[in-house]
Amino acid sequence: MAKQAAVEMKNITKRFGSKVVANKNVSLKAYRSEILSILGENGSGKTTLMNMIAGIYFPDEGQIFIDGQEAVIASPKDAFSYKVGMIHQHFKLVDVFTATENIVLGINDGKYNLKESTKKIKEICDKYGFEIDPDKKIYTMSVSEKQTVEIIKVLYRGADILILDEPTAVLTPQETSKLFDVLRRMRDDGKCIIIITHKLHEVMALSDRVSVLRKGEYVGSVNTAETSQEELTEMMVGKKVDLNINRSQPKDIVERLVVEDLSCVDRQGTTVLDKVSFTANAGEILGIAGIAGSGQRELLEAIAGLQKNIDGNIFYNDPNTGNKEDLIGKSPVEIRNLGVRLSFVPEDRLGMGLVANMDITDNMMLRSYSKGKTMFLERKPPKNLAEKIIDELDVVTPGVSTPVRRLSGGNVQKILVGREISSIPTILMAAYPVRGLDINSSYLIYNLLNEQKENGVAVIFVGEDLDVLLELCDRILVIGSGVVTGVVDARTATKEQVGLLMTKSKEEIAGDANE
Amino acid sequence: MIIQMITRAILLGIPMLYGAVGEIITEKSGHLNLGIPGIMYVGAIGGVTGSFLYENACGNSIDNMSPFLSVFIPLMCSIVGSIIMGLIYSFLTVTLRANQNVTGLALTTFGIGIGNFFGASLIKLVDSDMPSIALTKTSQFFCKELPFADELGWFGDLFLSYDFLTYLAIAIALVSAFVLRRTRVGLNLRSVGESPATADAAGINVTRYKYIATCIGSAVAGLGGLQYVMAYANGVWSNNAFGDRGWMAIALVIFALWKPDVAILGAFLFGALCNANNYIHGLGVEAQELFKMLPYVVTVIVLVITSMRKKREHQPPAHLGLSYFREER
Repeated sequence: MAKQAAVEMKNITKRFGSKVVANKNVSLKAYRSEILSILGENGSGKTTLMNMIAGIYFPDEGQIFIDGQEAVIASPKDAFSYKVGMIHQHFKLVDVFTATENIVLGINDGKYNLKESTKKIKEICDKYGFEIDPDKKIYTMSVSEKQTVEIIKVLYRGADILILDEPTAVLTPQETSKLFDVLRRMRDDGKCIIIITHKLHEVMALSDRVSVLRKGEYVGSVNTAETSQEELTEMMVGKKVDLNINRSQPKDIVERLVVEDLSCVDRQGTTVLDKVSFTANAGEILGIAGIAGSGQRELLEAIAGLQKNIDGNIFYNDPNTGNKEDLIGKSPVEIRNLGVRLSFVPEDRLGMGLVANMDITDNMMLRSYSKGKTMFLERKPPKNLAEKIIDELDVVTPGVSTPVRRLSGGNVQKILVGREISSIPTILMAAYPVRGLDINSSYLIYNLLNEQKENGVAVIFVGEDLDVLLELCDRILVIGSGVVTGVVDARTATKEQVGLLMTKSKEEIAGDANE
Repeated sequence: MIIQMITRAILLGIPMLYGAVGEIITEKSGHLNLGIPGIMYVGAIGGVTGSFLYENACGNSIDNMSPFLSVFIPLMCSIVGSIIMGLIYSFLTVTLRANQNVTGLALTTFGIGIGNFFGASLIKLVDSDMPSIALTKTSQFFCKELPFADELGWFGDLFLSYDFLTYLAIAIALVSAFVLRRTRVGLNLRSVGESPATADAAGINVTRYKYIATCIGSAVAGLGGLQYVMAYANGVWSNNAFGDRGWMAIALVIFALWKPDVAILGAFLFGALCNANNYIHGLGVEAQELFKMLPYVVTVIVLVITSMRKKREHQPPAHLGLSYFREER
């Protein structure tokens, strides 16, 4: 007798509006005591598909079976009654509530007694090895703590089918391996775990089986042990993809940006950068590695003129005039008026990089609004630029007049990077430019950065994936708690070496300096 | 003198307290209902119309009027009127997803218009010389003091001399503070206002919570209008007499940092500040207007202080003023 599937989806179709088909005729199965990866590129409908099991969306066609019984899941409440729990990519937590309050939210089990609930939460924590303070408010928590709360939330409801949407997108390597341990323990406990991801090495490391989606359609399922990264990529993209980054030897290295003793104090009065010094060379990619929130953002913003309360020197060597300019304390406009061609791809794409509600042309204009000769805006050049970017970078969009928020993450990023590159920068700073992007888009971005480097641009790349940093960059600057803990040659350094530098404490650095 | 000042402040504060508590309940569901001033007008005119009809039915003689009915009928008319306003607001903003600010402001204009229309019609019906209508008989029932208030001297004056709607206002404020803080319903309601997507994913019926909270909030706010006419103004309705108390109630919500129990004290303070000009001699008309500004000045100061301290618990519900639609991408 064949094993009974915990979840079975049969011929599921979901449309948004009349044009967009998110899922088309998808059928798949997930079993108990198994970790199933749902693999697919951005916009391939992974999340939409899983949202239908969690009751967020309702399928237009097709059936869902839970343990062999047909299930109608019209709301998240129905999903709970089938013991399905989903951990969304964007956490669904109330910031001003405590962990306990968030966990019991929406449960109706008679008496409202937070103390009892806290006890039950502690039991769950002990069972699976979570560490969390149930009385801590969500807004004071780190990302990985929030994720833990989300997982406990579904376990508290007795879920034994768990769906995790891109759970590692925001975690450090250490946090990721901790999460994987917990997931394995839950699998051994007989639960059915489904994880949505596009990171191949995670699929290989964690899951027992992989189901692949491409453009909303089901491609197939394979056992992880019997497949390879190359085969999975081919299933996912539909064609062979070269997973190598072509790193060229840097040539004509000139010092472009020299940062000396840069310190920065944030609005709360905490020192976020402490005497950071480094050089960024033209024709080179300088990687910046560090645990999230170690001062990477402030560093880039300080250079871009977006931070106040900074101290130190930022010298810019102008390639045209040969002048040396100090950028410290200058606003973005002043920096631009000095003739510094600085491009910045911020971490928060739709917050700082682009205006979500404006269309692609208008977003292009954010860089050129002051260029026109008359008091009216010149719309033609930005429109041409928008069309060029859409064409060259294969942006999937209905047209140039589509609001940016309607596009998927990868396409948004292509537009932002495309715009920044189009201004022919001498310095290009990119913070986590591939966060949340699929393989194809990621490699496209890497290649664009490489191209810029070959054109003699000083590229500064803040990344979180150490494998990529080591493959893409020429040198890597490691920072920990706002201090430079080391600069390594990316061609010879190892992952462990960089990881060690990332976690180095201030005292150790001070000790090194004294020796 | 001081006792009189305090009782006066409390009387002035009570309509604002009703409005503020109603608005807090509404805002906790994520609805920024700027229709509160209009809803309070409708609550007032509803009660006035109800009692007018009942007084007429009894032949305008106080002997024929039953104490219970003469309180119950205006009360019900007021509540029904305000709930209809709440329903209109919810239907427009939740079901049709209209902009909350615009809807609220429209409701205020609409409510004041309705109030003045019915008020003027009633005034015309009685053919009175004055541009007002007096329902003093009904008001007597509303204003019944506690029987032993007079015997207890200043203590009785300060604590026991009010109409029952005043006590009801304080009770409602305390009960809603308790419900919001300590019960599951309160937790669910707060989560709807903070993050409807979270509440939805947790299996809470966001639409139902929004509708019910808005309607209950409107009913409570409407009582403020009724209390003003029946107790504060002794049953005399004249058009536009209610003034800007509704806006004051909304300022009070901010002042009270979205906490109904704090709103009680805030209401008394606002009442005292509104009344301050009467206790300072030699003020011209123009200087009086400046004094009437005091509650708003205090609100601004509180806003500045709380935003400087940046405590997350003191901020408005995170999803206030935004509409929620589950399948939005």
